[in-house]
Amino acid sequence: MKTLLYILQKEFRQILRNRTILPMIVVVPLIQLLVLVYAATFELKKIEMTVVDRDLSPASRGMVTLFNGIPFFRVDGNVAHEKAGEELLLKGQTDVVLVIPAGFEKSLMREDQAQVQLLIDAIDGNTAQLIYTYCNSILFNYNKQIIANWKGLPDFNPPTEVVVTENYWFNPELDYKWFMAPGILSILVTIIGMFLSGMNLVREKEYGTIEQLNVTPVKKYQFILGKLIPFWLIALFDLALGLGIARILFDLPLTGSLPLLFGFAGVYLISALGLGLFISTITDTQQQVMFVTFFFMMLFILMGGIFTPVESMPQWAQLINHLNPISYFMRIMRMIILKGSGFSDLLEEFISLVILGVLFLSLAIWRYRKTA
Amino acid sequence: MISIRNISKTYGETEALHDITLEINRNELFGLIGPDGAGKTSLMRILMTLLLPDSGSASLDGCDVVKEFRKIRKMVGYMPGRFSLYQDLTVEENLHFFATVFGTTVEENYELVKDIYSHIEPFGTRRAGKLSGGMKQKLALSCALIHKPKILVLDEPTTGVDAVSRKEFWEMLKNLQKKEITILVSTPYMDEANLCDRVALMQKGTLLDVDSPGRIIQKFGKRVLAARSENMFRLINDLRTFPKAASVYAFGQFAHFTSPDDDVEVNELENFLLKNGHQAVEVEEIEPGIEDVFMGLMQNSLQQSVAAGNTNNKPSKKQT
Repeated sequence: MKTLLYILQKEFRQILRNRTILPMIVVVPLIQLLVLVYAATFELKKIEMTVVDRDLSPASRGMVTLFNGIPFFRVDGNVAHEKAGEELLLKGQTDVVLVIPAGFEKSLMREDQAQVQLLIDAIDGNTAQLIYTYCNSILFNYNKQIIANWKGLPDFNPPTEVVVTENYWFNPELDYKWFMAPGILSILVTIIGMFLSGMNLVREKEYGTIEQLNVTPVKKYQFILGKLIPFWLIALFDLALGLGIARILFDLPLTGSLPLLFGFAGVYLISALGLGLFISTITDTQQQVMFVTFFFMMLFILMGGIFTPVESMPQWAQLINHLNPISYFMRIMRMIILKGSGFSDLLEEFISLVILGVLFLSLAIWRYRKTA
Repeated sequence: MISIRNISKTYGETEALHDITLEINRNELFGLIGPDGAGKTSLMRILMTLLLPDSGSASLDGCDVVKEFRKIRKMVGYMPGRFSLYQDLTVEENLHFFATVFGTTVEENYELVKDIYSHIEPFGTRRAGKLSGGMKQKLALSCALIHKPKILVLDEPTTGVDAVSRKEFWEMLKNLQKKEITILVSTPYMDEANLCDRVALMQKGTLLDVDSPGRIIQKFGKRVLAARSENMFRLINDLRTFPKAASVYAFGQFAHFTSPDDDVEVNELENFLLKNGHQAVEVEEIEPGIEDVFMGLMQNSLQQSVAAGNTNNKPSKKQT
């Protein structure tokens, strides 16, 4: 026990003297939250629309006016021909082209139906979906209008209609930042923990200091814990710092219990750091550690549900995610912060994280060899 | 104190140690002498429980290096060839750290390291990385001694250290020996062999000879002629063409010459050189040094291995 304390004292001395790591511990969470949370957003603020109106009738103009009335639609003049519209789409100067064919009004009057065409730039599938949904609901409103006008019915909803009113729980204003911040914070503590601990251990190999330490009676678990505990504390400190920044900057609600959140973070970090340390026991240089750790980080982060819900991933991907500590932690963060979930709601995640933590840490201690 | 029995170690294709058997006595200052790649470090790492031998066994003070490695780690002090202390910790912090991980304190064993540590004590708050080469060695030695080991193992402690520091360092080792510490030290410098009680001459994973430096020289029993002239490069080449030359090597300002049957006189060699147009020729008979012995032994073992290689190659030569 005393030996462990001396090892910790040594590790902290070295960390506090490191001119790169120390500022990074404070700057990284700040920058990540400021830049990523604002930048990585799905909210559509502006849709550029080009109209190809080949009918030029009161009916077609009425439809365009409806689009014009929506604040985030910028209906950018008419072009005469579909070709011209397509060209704009190709050049990326417009997001969506609305084509109203000639004879639109006539067809509407005579046959009670008419067709319009939407050409949507789908480079970004998510955005395209959103544009389509918006356009659809506007066209739905237009339909209601013409039914009212032409059929001469008074402007009230038919009795058979079901009215839907939405109420978004846990994030009533659908603030995307509230969704992103817990995700970014999970990544942040993972980076701090996994990279720093792994790099630190392998540095002893690179500098040859491990050779001197290996002939001392220091036990394997003492050495590994000496590498784990400092970065575990730093990562938890960064989580607190990050939560504070998020609270001030985007009013992130902290619905659930903070001690519970930090308890979970502590358990999670043991698995993340354990994996980082395990990687460093099977590599020889900092470069190798960087490379291998980066591979796992990318895999874990993108599969862990930062942008896309894990539930909509294919079955095999969900199976892999059982081994992905970030996936559990990201869910835990969102559930505690936004939903206020309690321990019993997260029992499954807790058990999984404990298993992963014990697994990775044991692997690291087992694989660390004092003898070649 | 240290007994090594039939140790072999192979890395992939290369055999680092071949069937080494060696006995080192209590309180001895023992030197492992040999060029780079002779297997000195591998042997030391096996003794330090850092490397497992492929076959054979070794024990330190009765403790087996494989089975009782925990006991060994408590009683040995090891100074690896590469500076292995924490460069970002200060001199004092390094010493305290290594004392504490061995469960002791600097104060408790200060007496043992005092002579060495006092040289660097004025720089106690300086980072270890900022020390000069000689001071680094002293700090490393202090750290290896701070837990009062029975056996001290030093892997090329004087490589890359200036001549004055080297001399100082060996004096320190002599003093430590008086404090009843068994010392095993390796070095590529053959002049340092004379400072050891006994040495083992190593080459390519085998022991060429193990004895006291004096006895090794005595056993050599060959006459060595030292020659010099204005043009040393040409002198060595010419000497090698001398009909009765066994070995010719450059040693400092002289070329050392031996003949197979020790029947070449000073005049004979002098005349040969003068005939070859050398100026300012100087030839004298000298006492052989440990270097001469080592070169001689090395050449013998090379010739043996070449001879063995030739017989092996014969069948394939016929095919071509």
